[in-house]
Amino acid sequence: MNNRLYGNLIFELSKEGRKGYSLPRNNYGDYKIPETYCRTEEAALPECDELTVVRHYTNLSNNNFGVDTGFYPLGSCTMKYNPKINEEMAALPQFQNLHPLQPEHTVLGAKALIILLEKSLCALTGLAHFTFKPYAGAHGELTGLMTIDNYHRSRGDLQRKKVIVPDSAHGTNPASAAVCGLEIIEVKSDAQGLVDLADLERLVELEGPNIAAMMMTNPNTLGLFETRIPEIAKLIHDCGGLMYYDGANLNPMLGACRPGDMGFDVMHINLHKTFSTPHGGGGPGSGPVGVREGLQECFPFVSPYQGNYAVMMRAYAYILSLGRDQIRNVGPLATLNANYIKASLKDVYELPIDTICCHEFVFDGLKDKSTGVTTMDVAKRLLDYGYHAPTIYFPLLFHESLMIEPTENESKETLDGFIAVMRRIAEEAKTNPDEVKSAPHTTPIGRVDDVLAAKHPITTFRQLQAES
Amino acid sequence: MDYKYFPHTEDDLKAMMEKVGVKRLDELYAQIPESIRFKGDYDIPRSASEMEVRQVFEKLGSENKQLTCFAGLGVYDHYTPSVIPSLLQRSEFLTSYTPYQAEISQGTLHYIFEYQSMMAELTGMDISNASMYDGTTACAEAMMMTVAAGKKVNKVLVSGCLNPNTFEVLKTYALHQGIELEVLPIRDGTTALDDVKARLAEGGCAGVIVQQPNVYGIIEDFTGFADACHEQKALFVIDSVAADLAVLKTPGEWGADIATGDGQSLGIPMQFGGPYVGYMCCTEKLIRKMPGRIVGMTKDNRDQRAFVLTLQAREQHIRRQKATSNICSNQSLMALFVTIYLSLMGKQGMKEAAQLSYAGAHYLCDELLKTGRFSLAFDKPFFNEFYVKYDGDAQTLYQRFIEAGILGGVLMEEGFLFAVTEKRTKEEIDNLVKIAAL
Amino acid sequence: MAKVIEGLYYSESHEFVRVEGDFGFIGITDFAQNALGNVVYVDMPEVDDEVTAGEEFGAVESVKAASDLYSPVSGTVVEINEALEDQPELINEDAFENWIIKVELSDKSELDSLMDAAAYEAFCAK
Repeated sequence: MNNRLYGNLIFELSKEGRKGYSLPRNNYGDYKIPETYCRTEEAALPECDELTVVRHYTNLSNNNFGVDTGFYPLGSCTMKYNPKINEEMAALPQFQNLHPLQPEHTVLGAKALIILLEKSLCALTGLAHFTFKPYAGAHGELTGLMTIDNYHRSRGDLQRKKVIVPDSAHGTNPASAAVCGLEIIEVKSDAQGLVDLADLERLVELEGPNIAAMMMTNPNTLGLFETRIPEIAKLIHDCGGLMYYDGANLNPMLGACRPGDMGFDVMHINLHKTFSTPHGGGGPGSGPVGVREGLQECFPFVSPYQGNYAVMMRAYAYILSLGRDQIRNVGPLATLNANYIKASLKDVYELPIDTICCHEFVFDGLKDKSTGVTTMDVAKRLLDYGYHAPTIYFPLLFHESLMIEPTENESKETLDGFIAVMRRIAEEAKTNPDEVKSAPHTTPIGRVDDVLAAKHPITTFRQLQAES
Repeated sequence: MDYKYFPHTEDDLKAMMEKVGVKRLDELYAQIPESIRFKGDYDIPRSASEMEVRQVFEKLGSENKQLTCFAGLGVYDHYTPSVIPSLLQRSEFLTSYTPYQAEISQGTLHYIFEYQSMMAELTGMDISNASMYDGTTACAEAMMMTVAAGKKVNKVLVSGCLNPNTFEVLKTYALHQGIELEVLPIRDGTTALDDVKARLAEGGCAGVIVQQPNVYGIIEDFTGFADACHEQKALFVIDSVAADLAVLKTPGEWGADIATGDGQSLGIPMQFGGPYVGYMCCTEKLIRKMPGRIVGMTKDNRDQRAFVLTLQAREQHIRRQKATSNICSNQSLMALFVTIYLSLMGKQGMKEAAQLSYAGAHYLCDELLKTGRFSLAFDKPFFNEFYVKYDGDAQTLYQRFIEAGILGGVLMEEGFLFAVTEKRTKEEIDNLVKIAAL
Repeated sequence: MAKVIEGLYYSESHEFVRVEGDFGFIGITDFAQNALGNVVYVDMPEVDDEVTAGEEFGAVESVKAASDLYSPVSGTVVEINEALEDQPELINEDAFENWIIKVELSDKSELDSLMDAAAYEAFCAK
C-alpha cells in the first residue's frame, strides 16, 4: 500500500473529445432513436483515454489495504486468504457467459455445481437443504427469518412475531427482524458472557406462544462457545419456536461441531467469511440459507436466480481444495491462533472474560486507562504499523471493545509481529500518549472529520462542483 | 495441518500450545458437550490438488453450452471492456474489507464516490447510494422506503408491466412488512395514467412503481405520473435498465422521487445469475431515508480532501431495529466494475452503445416481420427488447434455435421476447431470422 | 456533571418540557446531548402534527448514534425550531435553550407523571 495520497477523481482527468472505448460500426441500418424518448440533459460522464483510466484506478488501488497486503485482525469478519485458484475457476467463460434463463440441458454443469455445493454445505453443517438465493449475510438472515415466519404462517400460527436475541448480538439481527416484520426481545448475558439461562426461561415463560425463533451465533460475539446450547434449543423448541444460527462465527466450528447437531433448524452462511470468497471492499458476498428437513418449502423468493453464482463457484473451489481431510483443521488452527494472541496480550489489555475462546475474543481497551488512550486511538495507531485495525466498539457489552480474530492462514511470525506492535502501542500510551491519540501519521490520510461529512453531505461530483 | 493454506509447522504448534496452556489441539474445544462434538469425517471428497480442481471445473464447464444470446428480461449480453477484469483482480480492491477505516481505504471510498456521481448523472437524480445487491431487491427497498416515508400508509401501486422477477421479490418483502401491493392493469402493453389517478384517489398509497423500458421492452410515456403521485402525497419510483438511461428520458426528468434498477447492463457478464449490482438514487430531500451505504466528502486532519462512509446513523450496526434497512454490504466490487465501465465508455460511448443496441433490435424486428410469421404484440415504441407473436409453435422454434447454438429470446405466452445488444453482429441476426423463417 | 434546570419536567428518555401557559417547549437534556456527541441532524415533525405522550415524534442524529425523540406530553405542534435545520449543533451548545418543538398541550395532567429536576438528577445518577 502506498502511503502518499492519490487524490484525483476521474472527472478531474476528463477532457472533452477523448475516448476510452471501441465499438463496432453500425451495420444494421439507419435506425435513430426518436427525440421524444430521449433525455434532454446529457449525463456528465467523464471522457478519458484508456491509459488514463487504467492509471487512475491502479493508483487508487495503491491507497487501499487488502488481505493480500497484510493482517486484518477483524473480529467477526473472518478475513482469511482468498485463494487465486478460486478466481481462475470463477472466470471460466463456460460459466461466465451463461444467461440464467438458458434451458436446463444447456447448463447441466452449472446446475451440477450448485447441487455439489449444497451437498457439501449440508455435510459441513448437519442441515438438509440450502437455498443460494440470498446475496449477502444480511440478506441471508432476512431469508432465514422469512423462512421461519412462513413456516409459522403455514401452520396457522399467526401470533409468533417475536425473536429472542442475546444482548451481545450484532446490529443486523434486530434490523433483519424488523424488515421481516418481527420484533426483537433481548435475553441477558451472564457474568461468563454466555446466554443467561434463567433469563431465557423467564422470557419463554412470559412470551411462549409468541416466540417465532431464537436467533444467535455460536460461538457468540465474544468468541465463547455456548456450552448449554442443547438446553437452549430444547427450551425454544418446547415452546414452539425455531432455532436460527447466524453463520458469522462458523469458522471455528469447522472440524469441531455442526449447527444442525447443536439443535439449529435454520442458518445462514457467509461464503465470503467461512468459505474464503473475497470481500471485494464490501461485496459481492453470498449468504446461503440452510434448513433442517421439512422447512425447504418455506424458502421465500428473495432473488430471481441462483444468487451470486460466481461467488458460489469460488466457495466450491475452496471446499474441493481443502476436502474432508483438511477442512477439519480450519477450526482448530483458527482457534489456536486466537488463544495465542489472547494469552500473549492479556497482561496489557483488559480481558473481561478470561477463558479459552474460539476464533475470536474481546479486550475492553487497555488495562491502564489512566492515559486516556482509547480503543479508537489504538486502532488508528495500528494502521501506522501496517496492520488493519481489529473490530472496535462492538460488541456493545463493553465500552472499549476491541475484537480480534486471526484466521487459520496467519503464521506464528505474523501473530508475533502483531503482538509485539500491540505491546508497543500499550507502551506508547504511557510514554507518548499524544502520538497515539493523533494517529495515524504514516497513512495516505489522517483522521477524517466525519461530523462535517454527516452534517453537510457531499456525495456526488456535481455537488462538489456546486460547492466550489 | 500439512497444507498450503496453513503455515503452522510442528514447532509452531508446540510453542503456541505451550503459550496457551494446552497439550493437544482438541483441548481447545473442551467446552463443547460430548454429545454434539463432531467426530469422524465430513461426507465430502478428499482434498484435491490445484490441478485436480481445474479438472473438476473443466468437466463441469464442458457440460454447459455457451449460446448466442438474444434473451433479456433483465439480464443482457453486453460488451465487457478488457480493462475491467484486469483492474478488478488488483488484490487491494478484491481482498479489501468494507472501508470503515477511512485512512487505509481511500481507494475504495474514491471509487464509490465516483460510482455515486455517475449513477446520479445516469438517472438524472440528486443522490445515489453506494449500490445494492441487485435491481429486484433495490426495487423492494424502494417500496419499503415509500411506506416508511409516508404517514400511516401501507399501499403501493405497481405497474402490471414490471419484470415478473422484480414483482415476485416485491411480493416477498411486502408480505412480511404488511404492505399491500396493488397491480395496475396492462393497457396495450403499457401503464395508463387514468388507472394511476383512479387508484391514487382511493387513498392510502405510499408510492407508485413503474419500469422503463417495461417488461415488454416498451418505452412508456410517464407524462403526468409524477404530478398525480405528488398530489396524493405518494412517491414516484421508476425502475430502469441502467445502460438505456444513456439516451432515454431519465427518472429525474420524469419527476421521479426514487430511481432503482440493475447495473448488469453496464458490461457485467451474465454469470448464470450474479453477481450484478443494484442501484438506488433519490432526490436530495430523501437522502436520510435511503438505505445502503453512502460515501461523502470531507477533510482529514492534514487538510486533504478525503472520503468517508457517512450518514451511518441510519444503518443497521447503529440503528439496529430502527434502521432504514438491514443491508450491510453493497456490491462494492461490482460498483467498481460499472464505475470503470462508465469511465471508459464515457459520455459518448454510452450513447453509441445504446444506439447500436436500439438499431440492432429494430433491424431484427423488421426482418422478423418481413418473414410474415411474426407480428408485434403491442404497437408501441420499444428500445432494444421487443415482444413478437409467432404464428407457429413457439416451443418448437425455440428448440431449433437452441440446436443452432442460439438462445432465441425468452418464450412468452404468444411468442418471443427478443433482446439485441451491440454484441450481436448483423450475421448473427440474419442467421436467427433464417432459422425463424423456416 | 450534566446540567439540570429547576422548574422543568423531565422524562426517563431524557426529554424536557418547559411549560408556558398552555404551551410546552420540548427538547433533549444536557445529559442526552452529551451522550450523543456532535449532533449533525434533527428530524422534526411538521407544524399541525399531533404528538402523543410516550410516542416518537422525531429523532436526533450524531455521527455515532441516532436517538428517537419521545414526546413527554400530548398535543399539537405549533412551532418547530427552524434554526436547528441549519445549525443542529446548537443542541450541543445549549440543549435547554435550543428546544426542538413547541406544543399546545392537550392534557396538562400528564405533567404529573413526569419527573422534576431533583428526581431527574437522581435518575441520571443511577
